[in-house]
Amino acid sequence: MALRRTYVRSMDGWWRRDPFFIHYMAREATAVFVVAYALILLAGVIRLSQGEAAFGEWLEGLANPWSIAFHVALCAIFAYHTWSWFRIMPKTMPPVVVGGRRLPGAAITALGLAAAAIASAAFVAFVAWLAS
Amino acid sequence: MPEPRTITVEVLRYQPAKGTNPYVDRWTIPYTEDMSVLQGLQYIKDTLDGSLTFRWSCRMAICGSCGMMIGGVPKLACRTFLRDLAPGPVRVEALAHFPIERDLVVDAEDFVGKLERIKPWIEPREPRTLEEGPYTQTPAQLARYESFSHCINCMLCYSACPQYGLNPDFLGPGLTALLHRYNSDSRDGASAERMQLVHSEEGVWSCTAVGYCSEVCPKQVDPANAVNVNKTASAIDWFARFLPGKR
Repeated sequence: MALRRTYVRSMDGWWRRDPFFIHYMAREATAVFVVAYALILLAGVIRLSQGEAAFGEWLEGLANPWSIAFHVALCAIFAYHTWSWFRIMPKTMPPVVVGGRRLPGAAITALGLAAAAIASAAFVAFVAWLAS
Repeated sequence: MPEPRTITVEVLRYQPAKGTNPYVDRWTIPYTEDMSVLQGLQYIKDTLDGSLTFRWSCRMAICGSCGMMIGGVPKLACRTFLRDLAPGPVRVEALAHFPIERDLVVDAEDFVGKLERIKPWIEPREPRTLEEGPYTQTPAQLARYESFSHCINCMLCYSACPQYGLNPDFLGPGLTALLHRYNSDSRDGASAERMQLVHSEEGVWSCTAVGYCSEVCPKQVDPANAVNVNKTASAIDWFARFLPGKR
């Protein structure tokens, strides 16, 4: 026991060590963009409270090509956010038993993604109906 | 007679007596279709370098002794085959996130200490005498915890958990799964006591749902599920105090 001297390895750059950790960090990073978009919408609400002209300016800002490019990027990031969180969802809930058999994780993920797709489609349809 | 195939095995070695930092040793060894990484290491120890140190026992993925990083992934050396890693080289290292004792042997004291703290035994809900007979359980009651009882304490999930690597106080995936196994057992009456550990700073809230623990588990225990289900249980327990008639 006299020579017992353990060696502790560094955790520096741990998230680059395994592709699984890179995907995890990407999932966590998408949350930053969710906050960013919430702030954009919050700015819209504040501008709305300042009157029609102010809200018009905010809308005009959104029509800027840079803003449109940002929105397209956000849409892709949100899709990854949705997919990556629904992928982990089966691990976060107690076993779901249907007809005496445990529902497989992939089925829970698929149900979540389907619900997200239906909700998004319904929202787009609602906005399109409002605009028409 | 076909030429025997060979593969190079690289091992991160640490020999505290030498007073040096870890270093890499390489050996090229012959292998057959049915040889595991563990057998490759045994070949090296028996014929090339007797000082190579690693733990092993059952050779059939039940004792949980031969966990190590193989190609950077936590695996049991006995159920990882050299043929699947050809043409190599095969990189072998001690389990990540644990202090290295020597070569591929890690210091498991932290794990064993925590294992005692979760009370991994049944504390009878209602003590019974021998005359009263055994504690009975229905298949449905068994199903509630059965998968979590498959844990072999191999610690692969700890090497897959960056939160444990960054904060070794965290109770971690495997032991939370084992804790959940006893808390979900209809015969057990100590869940309130174990929940104190679940709620604590080193309990389930240190988990950020990376989920890799369940991927590497050789027994499909799904420790990530045990941890995250206990986050819900912990939250319900905390909010329940505000309900009338509680505490």
